[in-house]
Amino acid sequence: MDENGLLALFTRVLRDLLADDSIVLGMETTRGDVPGWDSFNYVNFIVAVEAELGIKFRIADVESFQTVGEIVVEARAQLG
Amino acid sequence: MSAAAQLEFRTRLRAALALPSVDERLAKLSALASDDLSYLETIQVGKALSGIKAADVEAYAPVRLAVLSSSTIDHLLPAIRVAGLRRKLFVDTYRGQFAQYRQALMGADSALSAFAPSVLLLSLTARDVLGDVPITASKAVADAAVTRAVGDLRELWRAGRERFRATVVQQSLLDVAPPLFGSSERLVPGAPGRLIARVNDELAGAAAEDGVLLLDVARASAADGLAAWFDERHWLQAKIEIAPEAARRYAELLSRLLGAHLGRSRKCLVLDLDNTLWSGVVGDDGIDGIVLGEGSALGEAHLALQKYAKQLKERGVILAVCSKNEWSIVEQAFDNHPEMHLRRDDIAAFAVNWQDKAQNLKQLASQLNIGLDSLVFVDDNPAERARVRESLPMVAVPELPVDPALYVRAIASGGYFEATVLTDEDRSRAAQYAANTQRDALRDAAASVDDFLRGLQMSVDHGTITPVDFSRATQLINKTNQFNTTTRRITGEELAEWATSPNGMALQFRLIDRYGDNGLVSVMLFRADPSNDAAFELANWVMSCRVFGRQLEHEALNIAVETARERGVRTFHAGYVPTEKNKVIANLFADLGFRPLGGEGGSGRWALDLDAYKPHATYIARRRDGRG
Repeated sequence: MDENGLLALFTRVLRDLLADDSIVLGMETTRGDVPGWDSFNYVNFIVAVEAELGIKFRIADVESFQTVGEIVVEARAQLG
Repeated sequence: MSAAAQLEFRTRLRAALALPSVDERLAKLSALASDDLSYLETIQVGKALSGIKAADVEAYAPVRLAVLSSSTIDHLLPAIRVAGLRRKLFVDTYRGQFAQYRQALMGADSALSAFAPSVLLLSLTARDVLGDVPITASKAVADAAVTRAVGDLRELWRAGRERFRATVVQQSLLDVAPPLFGSSERLVPGAPGRLIARVNDELAGAAAEDGVLLLDVARASAADGLAAWFDERHWLQAKIEIAPEAARRYAELLSRLLGAHLGRSRKCLVLDLDNTLWSGVVGDDGIDGIVLGEGSALGEAHLALQKYAKQLKERGVILAVCSKNEWSIVEQAFDNHPEMHLRRDDIAAFAVNWQDKAQNLKQLASQLNIGLDSLVFVDDNPAERARVRESLPMVAVPELPVDPALYVRAIASGGYFEATVLTDEDRSRAAQYAANTQRDALRDAAASVDDFLRGLQMSVDHGTITPVDFSRATQLINKTNQFNTTTRRITGEELAEWATSPNGMALQFRLIDRYGDNGLVSVMLFRADPSNDAAFELANWVMSCRVFGRQLEHEALNIAVETARERGVRTFHAGYVPTEKNKVIANLFADLGFRPLGGEGGSGRWALDLDAYKPHATYIARRRDGRG
């Protein structure tokens, strides 16, 4: 899956999670940019993305992701 | 999950949310809840539920669940609400402050008090319950740690019950400790795995003694494998002990437990015969041609199902048969096949004919006097299963695997017959249903109803409800839907209070006849009218459907009037609150001679003047003057 595909998937997951269809994620988006994307919903987001893609993020990565783009890059690396 | 399935989910959810009627919206959400939802979908349905108030929901039993925990449990709450829908429970949730459960139970959490929980769930980690016990601990030190841990929990339970009058649910300790000794773990007193196993063992006994429900995640994780329940990453990141991936399973276990507690468990297992109870078609192959019993792996698989059904029967589950077959051949199979483990008298009712099975299930339910939503239908034929699911969605129909070796597991994993306590009544229920069949035979033979009732040689044993009756009486009140004047559910604690209060009167009735003891079959709860010493309100009256049409309501009222008169009461007031299921008693108070006080929409208020009351004539003798 390419960058755009992953961004679309992440956008859809976060829209479902926060029940907000106005969300559009870009590579530079941070959690602070999205109302309601608190630490609990960050865990939920990671769990949902892992389930969708069949991958598991390392805890160091989960702790250090600053932007949506960094998550996209790591997911792409794992998907190979 | 496929993109199509995701799209379908979203479409259905949107359609549900667009419905203005709460009942219709909830019905659609319930339909979604019975699907195998993903974690994210569960959160979405959970969110949709938060737009609905329990007060606006009639067909669902309300549960106010407070979860007090020493790990993060936020992620379990949507799954719990969704799983509740599958058992017709509408669950409102409250999450206690992280690791503040002691303070909360001691009354320091005013939001918890305001929430007024009906159920308190203690979800605690082993580390929190046991504290740090050195691995080198002697047996004496380990013993003391286990005793202290269980004693501590019992104190918490007591606080929860006394302060909140709530049903307490204790989660068993999840053993997430890595093995230190391997196979010898159990030999070392201070080994974490050993300590946790011991606490869990003792918890089970203590919970049974204290009337606390045990949510046994330890047993489930042992069956599923710890990796399905615990993910170190989530523990490290967010102090999540029950993994998000286990949320659905956890919530299902909890809702089964709560459903059982509130009388939402199934009551009757309906079995097909050919290729279900045995292999082969008895009508074609003859009773010598069917495969059943020792000597063949396939035969043993069917025997295993029969044995499991028999164990369920011993536990109080009613067995019935629904089969397209000739009765004369089936009869022979039951009576003469040497390997049949189930015998004819194990089966409370047979529907053996060539009619549509949905039709037969309706007849079985009415013959046994239970609701269709009490049935679990087991049939190897996918077409029959589909037919029943479609025309009778309230009947549970487990999806059977193709291989009969897996039938028992498929039925057991549905959790249909979950029970919180095994009462003496449960043990004898199957026999009571069989005796009912004999009573029916007597009725068919009797020339008139009077002959029938006289021939039953009935007597009633009655008295005030005492502690030995609490569990059965609570069960009866909460499970009875038909003869239930107000469908007011009650906890054991509330009943205890009722029975001992000087302002209340709680009566229980057992009916005995020539075929046996029907057990505790009716309860009447009265409360003194605060504004009028000489008036009692009949707050609830329930009677088991097993004894309908036996004049017990007349004799029970005679007894209630006598007992109340002794206490100086001159008037009974009563209300009838109509529901889907209690139409059978819509005319109860009128038939018993109560005077209408008015009321709308079928619900009404009634009064009975005790001074002018003339006892109803019945065929029921008094066994003794009542206990207590």
